[in-house]
Amino acid sequence: MKKSVFLGAMTVAGLAAGAAAAGTLDDVKARGTLNCGVTTGLVGFAAPDANGVWDGFDVGVCRAVAAAVLGDPMAVEFVPTTGQTRFTALASGEIDLLARNTTWTFSRDVDLKFEFVGVNYYDGQGFMVPRELGVSSAQDLDGATVCIQTGTTTELNLADYFRSNDISYEPVPIETNAEAQQQYLAGACDVYTTDASGLAATRATFENPGDHVLLPEIVSKEPLGPLVRHGDNEWADVARWTLNALITAEELGVTSANIAELSAGTNNPEINRLLGTEGELGAMLGLEADWAKNALMAGGNYGELFEANIGESTPIGLARGLNAMWTEGGLIYSPPFR
Amino acid sequence: MTTLTDPPKGNFRLSQLIYDTRYRSITIQVIAMILVLLGIFWLVNNTIQNLSALGKDFDFGFLSQPAGYDINQRLVEYTSQSSHGRAAIVGILNTLLIAFLGCILATILGVVVGVLRLSKNWVVSRMMAVYVEGFRNVPLLLWIIAIFALMTEGMAQPRDFKVGGDASMILGDSVAVTNRGVYVPGVILENGLFGSAVLNWLLILAVLIASIVCIRILSRRADHIQESTGVRPTTWYQQLALLIVPVGLVLILMGAQLQFPYLKGFNFTDGIHLRNSLIALWLALSLYTGAFIAEIVRSGILAISKGQSEAAAALGMRPSRTMNLVILPQAMRVIIPPLISQFLNLTKNSSLAIAVGYMDVRSTLGGITINQTGRELEGILLMALFYLVLSLVISGVMNVYNNRTQLQER
Repeated sequence: MKKSVFLGAMTVAGLAAGAAAAGTLDDVKARGTLNCGVTTGLVGFAAPDANGVWDGFDVGVCRAVAAAVLGDPMAVEFVPTTGQTRFTALASGEIDLLARNTTWTFSRDVDLKFEFVGVNYYDGQGFMVPRELGVSSAQDLDGATVCIQTGTTTELNLADYFRSNDISYEPVPIETNAEAQQQYLAGACDVYTTDASGLAATRATFENPGDHVLLPEIVSKEPLGPLVRHGDNEWADVARWTLNALITAEELGVTSANIAELSAGTNNPEINRLLGTEGELGAMLGLEADWAKNALMAGGNYGELFEANIGESTPIGLARGLNAMWTEGGLIYSPPFR
Repeated sequence: MTTLTDPPKGNFRLSQLIYDTRYRSITIQVIAMILVLLGIFWLVNNTIQNLSALGKDFDFGFLSQPAGYDINQRLVEYTSQSSHGRAAIVGILNTLLIAFLGCILATILGVVVGVLRLSKNWVVSRMMAVYVEGFRNVPLLLWIIAIFALMTEGMAQPRDFKVGGDASMILGDSVAVTNRGVYVPGVILENGLFGSAVLNWLLILAVLIASIVCIRILSRRADHIQESTGVRPTTWYQQLALLIVPVGLVLILMGAQLQFPYLKGFNFTDGIHLRNSLIALWLALSLYTGAFIAEIVRSGILAISKGQSEAAAALGMRPSRTMNLVILPQAMRVIIPPLISQFLNLTKNSSLAIAVGYMDVRSTLGGITINQTGRELEGILLMALFYLVLSLVISGVMNVYNNRTQLQER
């Protein structure tokens, strides 16, 4: 009898350990902070500023989700992850949300059991070389030494691209963006390859950004987005619709400047539903009525986040391009708030 | 008689299991056994629960899937289309290579430094003490990264070797030291007997081993003659010939040619490329473990009583011969057991390779493969199994050697 009670207790303990995957929303509310996985440091996307406060485009997504769920954009525990550690961190429950320039692929979605909640940056893999090499195309890179972050899709794309073009290369596997930057600047590799946005962000931190060129070839599709564990649909919905709220807000012209005024009530029903003055969208998600308002107050809408962190006015200087609103010829599109 | 010594039957009480010394040890063992089994059960059960909660199964099928990634240092044929299993083998061979090179260099360094630290020359012995304490007391990872940084930041880029550049090759244009590694001349076999290069090199290795066996037989014979007649026949030229001629013949037969590295495009081609990661890892592992081995060697030598060297001196032996023929053979008995654990340490420490991007089994199977397939449990288990087997093999081989050097007591 005693033994069976003991075994039963053990099974419950085992189940409790396993059950970490379900009920993330309640866990986050109970904990009072959101554990968000980000890069170990990529200026513009996620990097600590001079005061040690994390800042960036991906960080903005974390803060928006924290604001939507907890009402406080600063209630985020940032967990820096490398290309290799990120998926284990998410699968094991160490983090609730991964916003780390992660490419949405079939095998990650289906085989690795993750749930991508959307795309916050449409990217593609590019190559950066020192200008003095005089290389103008990736086709000229035969025999080059290429720095590459391990555990990424770029690693696989690189192998595919060079194989299909029948050119040889020497891969130098590297753990983090900072190490890659150091190796590249020391000339230990001729080429650094990663997502084009990452290259632009890295180049912006160089002493002489003009000495380095991005080659015209974009060799892959890299839709980057935040992701959560598979199987917890409530939590996935919260993350998905928070991202969609940021996008819809830009489309509807809701900005951090006019949000206070608009949330008093407007004659546009969709804005009212988004900001919680009409309908019960917040309650359906299990959140407060003003969840989207809080998310938007955290760092502004999608366009504001983009401009403030990686846009053309910043040193990174990325144009909207594919990441413009669908109304302006881009791919950024949110399902309706209804 | 027997009825008297039989324990009284029929009045066995449960409390005897604890208070009766005849039963207590069995009780404790049974309880310990149950606890261990429960612990194992809990671990397995927890794993199964968590795997099913994550919706994952336990399957090694991923090993036959194409890997999709490239590996820079490969001792066997490998492309990005090869399987994850093959990538793991490439990694395993790289681990074996670094462990082999590391153990050899660490042993040489350790023996030399250990002996020199006992030198009567104050400067030499102090220098060796500085080396030992410096390397032994700084974490290995720092040494790996320091040597790697020294190579990448301190050496010239390959493009500086172009005509008019400010770097040049050394040793008669045969070796290039660059910030991507060291390029040394390599040997290629123009017309090997087998299709695959590995088999050809294995044949050469076999010939070399056969030569060494012959040399040992020759020197045994010389010992024998010396023992019976007191005169040792001169055999060094025979030994040298045995070592060089057969291997040389096979090499010539296979059309061996020396290939010098030369700059072409972005990098040097031909020759052998010793990558920064290999050099950093090899040197750091050897220097670090060498410091420990030096202390082990020193302790072994100090364990031999002073009377031994005095007796050798009284017989008129020179100090170097005393060391080689009297002290070290006896010191080996003390040295080898701790040496085994240093070799095991070195082998396992080689998994720090990831810090400099050396593609060992930790980086291929335990790194990229796990990351691309999401098979953490399977990958880590396989890797643990590999390190376990490797360590047991090293320890087994060294134990055999240990038994042979032990004092034969009759």
